[in-house]
Amino acid sequence: MDRIPILRQGPFLLVPIQVDMHDRLALQLRDDLCTHIVDTGARGVLIDISALEVVDSFIGRTIANIASTARMLGAETVVAGMRPAVAITLVELGLSLDGVRTALDVDRGLALLHARLKNGDGA
Amino acid sequence: MPQGDALRSVFARPGREILEAWIAQQTSSGRRPDPPDDALRSQAAELIELLKAALAQGDPEDLEGEEWTAVRDCIASIARARAAQGLTPSQAAAFVVSLKQFLFSSLRDELTGRSESLADELWLASCVLDRLGLHAVEVVQHCREEAAARRHEELMQLSSPVLKPWEGILVLPIIGPLDDGRMRRMTETLLHEIAAARAEVAIIDIHSVTTIDAVIAQLLLKTVAAARLMGAECIVSGIRPQIAQTLAQLGVDPREVTTKATLAAAFALALQRIRATLPGTAGGS
Repeated sequence: MDRIPILRQGPFLLVPIQVDMHDRLALQLRDDLCTHIVDTGARGVLIDISALEVVDSFIGRTIANIASTARMLGAETVVAGMRPAVAITLVELGLSLDGVRTALDVDRGLALLHARLKNGDGA
Repeated sequence: MPQGDALRSVFARPGREILEAWIAQQTSSGRRPDPPDDALRSQAAELIELLKAALAQGDPEDLEGEEWTAVRDCIASIARARAAQGLTPSQAAAFVVSLKQFLFSSLRDELTGRSESLADELWLASCVLDRLGLHAVEVVQHCREEAAARRHEELMQLSSPVLKPWEGILVLPIIGPLDDGRMRRMTETLLHEIAAARAEVAIIDIHSVTTIDAVIAQLLLKTVAAARLMGAECIVSGIRPQIAQTLAQLGVDPREVTTKATLAAAFALALQRIRATLPGTAGGS
């Protein structure tokens, strides 16, 4: 079965989503990510969705879900590179992902995570 | 005598004779001082020749037929020129319909004493001219609609510019009345510009917006939310007192969106935010 890779980068975990998400993949990602956070003691998670062209309400909810689970495990989640069409879709679905931090691209997402870590207020 | 023969024989007269009678009719009706006489004359002459040809070959009952294509095209081009000069559809139709008086009196001369055929031929001639006149009206109407749609499109483009006053900052000044479609279109433009310019802050300036309703307010909030999802912060600036009151009455939560009274204040805040997220500088965002 396909898995979405989870890369370790310093105190953070990088999740590049390069394939179309489907429900099982999203759930698998959530489980894998939780395990990784606990195993590595990661302080932040960066999910790059710049290649994602469509989302549905389930994927949107799962992302929000991942973010809140990660926070409970002590890691801040940043979603990076969301496309305009995806953003509009999520807002129309009423999913504004309030608990999730966002960034324009991976660079800025990492900068954001570093800044949070340095300030000591990141989870 | 088969139907349409008298009509054909009228049109078999020299084109010049028809032309003079028609022009006399048009100028005496006093409807159109312009275009200048020679333009009118050449257009009328062309149309008469085409009508002659169409009547000789085609069926006057069936104006959609191939034989009439040239006539319809000619009328369409005349009507288009008329529309460009700002004439009304009825004035354009009058150009064609004014041929009636000449045609009717000629038919009466042709068919003196045969009142039955006269009635038939008059009816036929009347039908032909009416339909050609209606065709002119349709063309003019179509031209006007096209022009209106074009102006609307241009206005839409003019009215939603996205400015980039600083690296990483976009400004969307909203000018003029807001409606549903326009707001959606502006949202799309703004989000695409944010992605293209990698802008971290987008300022939506609504200083020139005089009224706002619940739908627009919701769309504005959605724009802000969508921009946030992409990783950009939105600041809404230039909120007039009445707009602020409306927004408050509509139940807009001030915590959902950053607002500033003036564009200058929003810009200052935007600069601060950009510095705050520069790598290597301290300060949470």
